[in-house]
Amino acid sequence: MKRFAVLSVLLFALVLPAVSQDWIRTGTGVGGEKLRLAVPDFKIISADSRSAALDKAFNDVLFNDLRQSGIFEMVSKSFYPLGAIGGPADVHLDQWGTPPPKAAMLAFGSLGVNGESLQVQGWLFDVKNAQNPQVLAKQYRESATAENARRIAHRFADEIIFRLGGGVSGIAESKLYFISNRTGHKEVWAMDYDGAAQHPVTRLGSISLSPRVSPDNSRIAFSSFLKGGPNIAMWSLELSRLVNFPSFGGTTLSPAWSSDGSRIAFSSSRSGDPEIYVCDQYGNNLKRLTSVHGPDVSPVWNPKTNAQIAWVSGRSGLPQIFIMESDGTNVQRITDQGYAVSPSWSPNGQFLAFAWVRHYGPGAPGASDIYIMDVASRQWVQLTHDGGRNDFPSWSPDGRHIVYQSTRSGGEQIWSMLADGSQQTQLTFSGSNSQPNWSWK
Amino acid sequence: MKHRKMKLSVLVLALATIAVVGGCKKKQVPAAPPAAPPPPAPKATLSVSPESIDRGASATLTWSTQDATNVSIEGIGSVQPSGSKSVSPSTSTTYRLTATGAGGSVDATARLTVVEPPPPPSQPQAEAAPSDEALFAQSAKDIYFDYDRYDLRAEDKAAIEADAAFFKAHPSMKFTIEGHCDERGSTDYNMALGDNRANAARSALIQAGVPANQIRVISYGKEKPFCTESTESCWQQNRRAHFVYGQK
Repeated sequence: MKRFAVLSVLLFALVLPAVSQDWIRTGTGVGGEKLRLAVPDFKIISADSRSAALDKAFNDVLFNDLRQSGIFEMVSKSFYPLGAIGGPADVHLDQWGTPPPKAAMLAFGSLGVNGESLQVQGWLFDVKNAQNPQVLAKQYRESATAENARRIAHRFADEIIFRLGGGVSGIAESKLYFISNRTGHKEVWAMDYDGAAQHPVTRLGSISLSPRVSPDNSRIAFSSFLKGGPNIAMWSLELSRLVNFPSFGGTTLSPAWSSDGSRIAFSSSRSGDPEIYVCDQYGNNLKRLTSVHGPDVSPVWNPKTNAQIAWVSGRSGLPQIFIMESDGTNVQRITDQGYAVSPSWSPNGQFLAFAWVRHYGPGAPGASDIYIMDVASRQWVQLTHDGGRNDFPSWSPDGRHIVYQSTRSGGEQIWSMLADGSQQTQLTFSGSNSQPNWSWK
Repeated sequence: MKHRKMKLSVLVLALATIAVVGGCKKKQVPAAPPAAPPPPAPKATLSVSPESIDRGASATLTWSTQDATNVSIEGIGSVQPSGSKSVSPSTSTTYRLTATGAGGSVDATARLTVVEPPPPPSQPQAEAAPSDEALFAQSAKDIYFDYDRYDLRAEDKAAIEADAAFFKAHPSMKFTIEGHCDERGSTDYNMALGDNRANAARSALIQAGVPANQIRVISYGKEKPFCTESTESCWQQNRRAHFVYGQK
């Protein structure tokens, strides 16, 4: 219990990194309560027949992005004063600042379709600051498609989250890469962070595993059976094709990018035993880091420093999480029991998320759940409790969310949650979907 | 009465021994509960002779069961509790017999390999010899592993020695060892574990004198299971080093 309390404090510090500072600056609240945010539907200011559908797409995405961010308490739309709000002139702050809405912040605006262009104006008002309420005013113009309505909503949401979330960039425009068998083969797929726009990236007709996007979003490293045994394959998102990457022989898999994009760590059995190796981003300057018999897989870099690597080793029996310096020295085992796999290092370097069957063996039917551990103190907390096999956690770039795979709804599907285990949301529903990887920005 | 009691205590002792031994050896098997004696679980055996035929030839399936009320063979249908039948499939087939009784159900499988008939022989002496592939299918025996383990079990030493003798007698035969894992555990870790299993078989063969260049190794982790049910007997089928003729 004590362990949980301590880690809760740590987690709180993670989820709200610099909110207190921000709150002093804007003078909108005190303490650790979430900011109450109201977002009335954007007012349609054009007669074009497409306006209503685009406005609905925009409003749904904006509200969902702000709700998913984990830093706001969204005021229910049923509490809002009557009357559409399309601009500052329509706002009566006293109606919003008092119950029932009792909002601290108000985001509003207008949407119009003019010829082929979609125009959105958005504002963010500090309800308590009657003298000078405007925090943000933004204008967007794109061609009039539903995709662009979604994109503009993501951008405006990210502006609000950046401004009110302690200067941490939002994730509304980030992507998730994962493996799906929907085409009959295990291929690399991509989708928006909220599960929208799911589409295949590769069409190789082989088995693809463990996709990892490069920090600059230009390439995806994954393991592929295309040339016989599993090897690292490199897909260019700019060229939409495989690009050259050397074959190391043996079973070579689970590539992981350093956060500066210059190096890749991976597992290879080229010596006859699976070990951890590091090479540069083009596959040159190969260096072996481990040399103990038994499976060694799934390396990840500490993205803050790129000076440490966490990985999974079966050298002591059932797989456990280990960490070492990125030159292979100072090896430490950090899980003490059970079956621990699939580490993911948080962007600030403080936490490892991983999948753990903590109690393993006869009489202890454990489930595989997602845990996070504070690397310095080795204190951990369990994030999933809802059954099924949960595996392959991956941190969002803001460090506030984790995407993972779970069988709790039947087959393997992708889910996301806040890094405190709340707001668990299923993102995929068809086929079998696994091994999600969150883009770096 | 006394005799019966004695019998019962022997049975309990046997059960306890199984539970203890089983508990030590295979950690994943929960100890059998010493509850009321359940109806006897059905038993079934299924075999095919010969195990490999040329296309168009026929083979004989033979089966026997005990304590089963309903016996069926996939692709054939309901059959007598024991019997035999001549089959002549056009492709290699795995026959699965399911015996269901009051004590549950049990599966037995038998694999019949169908070989393309060799092209008309240009040399008369080629006629008699079976193809390398058929010989391989008959002789190379897969090696099975315990949960999360990649060391060879003591009881498989004889099998690996027989495999080694066969491969040494046919030095021109290139082959692949596939490492496989059951569905439990994590995808990437199982890829590495499968690699360790295939390499354990490879090392044992090389130690027994099989030339390394005859062998290729590939791990499929849990990507290509032989059997897809979530039962221990199925998982055991999937934890194996599988010998495949040729090198892709």
